[in-house]
Amino acid sequence: MILSALSLYLTFAKIGLFTIGGGYAMIPLIQEEIISRNWLSQSELINFIAVSESTPGTFAVNISTYIGSQVCSQYGVLGQIAGGAFATLGVITPSFFIILLVAKFYQQFKKSTVVSGVMSGLRPTVIGLIAAALINLARAVFFPNGFDPSEIISINVISSLVIYAICLVLILKKLHPIFMILIAAAAGLLVGILQEAL
Amino acid sequence: MKDSKIKRCLSLFIQFFKIGAFTFGGGYAMIPIMQKEFVDSHHYIEKEDILDIIAISQSTPGAISVNSATFIGQHIAGFWGSVFATIGLILPPYIFILIISSVLGWFESQKYVQYAFMGIQAGVLALITKAMIAMFRQCPKNTLAYILMLGSLAASVIFDINLIIVLITCAVIGLVSSLIYKNNKEESEKK
Repeated sequence: MILSALSLYLTFAKIGLFTIGGGYAMIPLIQEEIISRNWLSQSELINFIAVSESTPGTFAVNISTYIGSQVCSQYGVLGQIAGGAFATLGVITPSFFIILLVAKFYQQFKKSTVVSGVMSGLRPTVIGLIAAALINLARAVFFPNGFDPSEIISINVISSLVIYAICLVLILKKLHPIFMILIAAAAGLLVGILQEAL
Repeated sequence: MKDSKIKRCLSLFIQFFKIGAFTFGGGYAMIPIMQKEFVDSHHYIEKEDILDIIAISQSTPGAISVNSATFIGQHIAGFWGSVFATIGLILPPYIFILIISSVLGWFESQKYVQYAFMGIQAGVLALITKAMIAMFRQCPKNTLAYILMLGSLAASVIFDINLIIVLITCAVIGLVSSLIYKNNKEESEKK
């Protein structure tokens, strides 16, 4: 239990330290640090992103609490409470101390050429890494049982592609994410029921 | 800012607890609310300062909303202010997710919920695509930026290189290139 808690805290501190640009920049790091440890699957991650968008609070806190509580679920309710706390405290620890430091020197920080130089390298990199994370997630959505060339034209792939396209248009037209999720859920339900009926 | 420190800490805790409990959609959704609470209603922070706080929260590691809370807390009531503000912000989602996570597995195993999640998963891909497009629009576009974008994509997808190594390498490349750029500019100005 203590070992799980410590390893949760350290893993999430590492994720927090290397998350640049807010919430979704965590996704590539979660894939690397969490999914590789089998603490979560790609599919569970996608589902949880939807849950997190539909509940209040920050994605970083939501996902850390969730993974922490899942990892320690074998230790009962107290384990879940502690696991969630260790993961969440881990993810905020690095930024907390960095912000305290920056707040003291923030006029210098604002004008620093080192900071702006580092950021000019990191901002495009994070975009590339999110694109990579998106490819990994898309693979799990379109081919849940592993990639199979004979399944490229399956009902799952086609319906997922159509729902994806509709949702992208809706969200780019500034529909609220919660309504977009509801529409996607209704579409999924419709496809599932039709498939069952046929 | 005539209130006592303890009172300011408590008020920070309550304000951020409310923000954490009622804001959907993370950092960017919280910024207008923070602005309303701390600039317009309480005058704890000047308008120019809040813009700085947001800019710095974006260029430091971690979630933007948590960073802003820590920063605003520090600004209003020092170290303990940042502790109370940060804990206030994360406590509601922490409690909420603990409650949800105990029933989420059961919920997701229901047949009709599974159907719905089939659609939701495609929707989540759209959400992440949109977040990526938004970041792309905000990002300065030059040759180096495009090289870093494609390079990090290839490093991760094709070569499976550790992300932290990719991030550190690209940070160094950005730093070195901006220093060279600055150096060249200064030299050409001298001439």
